[in-house]
Amino acid sequence: MANAIQFKINGVAHSFDGDPDTPLLWYLRDTLGLTGTKFGCGVGLCGACTVHKSDDAIRACITPMSSLAGAEIRTIEDIGANGLHPVQKTWMQFNVPQCGYCQSGQIMQAIALLKSKPKPTDEDIDEGMAANICRCGTYQRIRAAIKAAAEEKA
Amino acid sequence: MSAIENVSRRGFLKGLGAAGALVVGAYYTPKMLHRYESDDVRTDADNATLHPNVFVGVETDGTVWIVAHRSEMGTVIRTTLPLVVADELDADWKRVKIDQAIGDPRYGDQNTDGSHSVRSFFDIVRLSGATARLMLIRAAAQRWGVPASECQTDLHVVVHSSSGRRLGYGELATAASKLPVPKKEEVQLKAKSTWRYIGKGMTSYDLTDLVTGKAVYGMDAHLDGMLFASIEHPPVLGGKIKTVDNADALKVTGVAQTIVIDPFKPPPAFQPLGGVAVLADSTWAAFQGRKKLKIEWDNGLNETYDSDQYKKDLQETARKSAKVIRSQGDVDVAFTSTTNTFEGDYYVPLLAHASMEPMVALAEFKDGKVHAWAPTQNPQAVQAIVSSELGIRKEDVICHVTLLGGGFGRKSKPDYVAEAAVLSRKVGRPVKVVWTREDDIKFDYYNAVAAMYMKAAVDSKGRPVAWLQRSVFPPITSIFDVNAVYGDPGHLQQGWTDMPYDIPNLRIENGAAKAHVRIGWLRSVANIYHAFAVQTFTDELAHRAKRDPADYLLDLIGQPRTLNFSGVDYPNYGAAYDAYPWETGRLRRVTEMVVEKSGWGKRKLGKGAGLGIAAHRSFLTYVATVVEVEVNDQGDIRIPRVDTVVDAGLVVNPEVTKAQFEGAAVFGTSVARSGEITAKSGAIEQSNFDNYPVARINEAPYQTNVYLVESDAPPAGVGEPGVPPFVPALCNAIYAATGKRIRELPLSRTNLGKQS
Repeated sequence: MANAIQFKINGVAHSFDGDPDTPLLWYLRDTLGLTGTKFGCGVGLCGACTVHKSDDAIRACITPMSSLAGAEIRTIEDIGANGLHPVQKTWMQFNVPQCGYCQSGQIMQAIALLKSKPKPTDEDIDEGMAANICRCGTYQRIRAAIKAAAEEKA
Repeated sequence: MSAIENVSRRGFLKGLGAAGALVVGAYYTPKMLHRYESDDVRTDADNATLHPNVFVGVETDGTVWIVAHRSEMGTVIRTTLPLVVADELDADWKRVKIDQAIGDPRYGDQNTDGSHSVRSFFDIVRLSGATARLMLIRAAAQRWGVPASECQTDLHVVVHSSSGRRLGYGELATAASKLPVPKKEEVQLKAKSTWRYIGKGMTSYDLTDLVTGKAVYGMDAHLDGMLFASIEHPPVLGGKIKTVDNADALKVTGVAQTIVIDPFKPPPAFQPLGGVAVLADSTWAAFQGRKKLKIEWDNGLNETYDSDQYKKDLQETARKSAKVIRSQGDVDVAFTSTTNTFEGDYYVPLLAHASMEPMVALAEFKDGKVHAWAPTQNPQAVQAIVSSELGIRKEDVICHVTLLGGGFGRKSKPDYVAEAAVLSRKVGRPVKVVWTREDDIKFDYYNAVAAMYMKAAVDSKGRPVAWLQRSVFPPITSIFDVNAVYGDPGHLQQGWTDMPYDIPNLRIENGAAKAHVRIGWLRSVANIYHAFAVQTFTDELAHRAKRDPADYLLDLIGQPRTLNFSGVDYPNYGAAYDAYPWETGRLRRVTEMVVEKSGWGKRKLGKGAGLGIAAHRSFLTYVATVVEVEVNDQGDIRIPRVDTVVDAGLVVNPEVTKAQFEGAAVFGTSVARSGEITAKSGAIEQSNFDNYPVARINEAPYQTNVYLVESDAPPAGVGEPGVPPFVPALCNAIYAATGKRIRELPLSRTNLGKQS
């Protein structure tokens, strides 16, 4: 396809020639079956659909496929593919998830946060994580798990 | 169709006695030996070599299957009840596999609501594990030719201690399966001192899947060849389509067709709301197609509903005498014989559940049967409504329960699953109905809006000698009976009928309110607004009497005693009163403990900070909470610390229970800060997390300390009881910090800043 958009998902090359306005979220979920990335609000308010574009956390629900030419996207499925990431380990250690639905997004956001702030303060965590909603209210454990992961990585 | 619908609706309403048990009566228990009726419903436990009852199966390789018949929405109940089975079976948790039950009455009640899973099933699942254990012991004894009384179990093995012989459960499964299933009277439960898991707990069986994106929710259900559907519902409850133009919708790439879903016939119960469904080959295409629909609505009678006017009406009703729920002494005489009276009006608006996973369901109608995959709290209600809508037998509705991305009571109401089933039958393909967040907020079963009026006459020390409390709210029963305007006993019991203070003259009333939206139970339900009114009013009286609020609260709770509800319709959350009496001594104890743990009266607080306290019993659990709040000059609040003490009787899984109370503090923060659904011309005004905000990490309590009281009392609820005391404790803390009294929620309606 001449006009197909070329990009990588979890290291694998893909191309897309459908409606360029299609959000990445639905391409991941409905086309590729990568359902670890969740639909929560559809408008970038809750963070359940957080994935990485290079090392940045982005909201897949408001990322049109047209913006992905040459992009390297990483989803939760790839994070623990070769052994659990330190953030996933501390998430388990602190028993963070309740229902768990938002946790893929929380973990993706936390990993991005730790990339930019390896030793985050409480304020850094508030700022970095405030766009990710957890309706079960696991925030206290999220904060503890992020701090523990930062310790471990140091 | 209508004849079938009428017949099955009667059956359905009868079934609600069980489904709505949280509101009215006792829960029903499983038929332990009742086997599956068809291959559709067999579990791995059913298929295992040794399967003495519906909850457990042992394979010859030693694998133990345990059935989780309650829904997993974050309370970790899918782990906790099977853990109890494993304990009584003396099974190695590492060799346990969990089987999620479909909806099937053989398990007894499956409506995972009302914080009663452990309470209602603790004894039953203990018996199920202990029965299997006894059969394994007897099989080993037979093999060794020794009396069974000489044999015990150790982890996953039967042991003959005098000879040192041991046989694994797997090796014994076949022989055990040939023995008769022992009667209940023959089975001995483990002594508490030998419990392996009960009281110690276990992390979620699904924990690894939950952090790796592998956990499967309703949103992730998939069948080859399925269509995705997005539904434009009538904007006003009870609305109907006048005209629909689907031409532009059908032009959207990927859209296959549109289907009109008939409006419900009142009462709404769990029927589909009606509307126009757009079916497509992807979720996105369905969403896009739906935006192109042109629909003209006949909004019907609820178009006159305006939540501002409705609020005024409720508040007026709350100021007039109403139906008496409970009365002692003579309040009227007491009020006229003193001038020292005090009164207050309290208000809590409609609240939406807003679980992170919007409503979603996949259904396939094929060969006269429906298979549904749904994040549901109540798979038997799915069977009931789908059979009613499609005119098929309940047994032909097979409801597979996925993980739930939150529930909070919304997913006990399976209207969205019925939509998927109705659509699948119409198109002859599997259909996955996906609600948007906007659908979720606009078409909820809301926690009732409530206005409460409180009045007390106090003696010279400021202690009440007379107390009147009146609550007005559209009742949950209105979804089953359009004429229902009064709270049913199960709704009123929640922090209202059971007001525990020792006051000689007491009258509790309930005024009438008609519903214009679907009302439903939401985490903690009526306890939210009732605890808000009672515990705020208590704090007001304390300050008025110039007493310490904690001391004053303890004074009103009074000396330890068991409340007597004779002559009062008080269902006690469906639990036997002798097993779960209302003991003020337990409320007193958690209150005294939270005073101590929080450093009440001793702790140094920063500028603009204050502490507030509240205590409340709900779902048979006693909770007292102290909240610390900081309010800055702009009126922004921060919650540095929460201390909460919980007496929930025996706690099976302590760490998980603590997490429930941490979460409840966050849920309560959302209720208090910003929880408000409003309507204009019958249509809901909120739509997403921008205008229905829920607490985020920077707004949530920074540190919530949860203390569980060691107790030999039978297990009570843990999912819901944390929310009710939190909200008034926060508002009382705001008063302590600012001198501003919060009588109306949410806080966003009050300027807490210095410049007001």
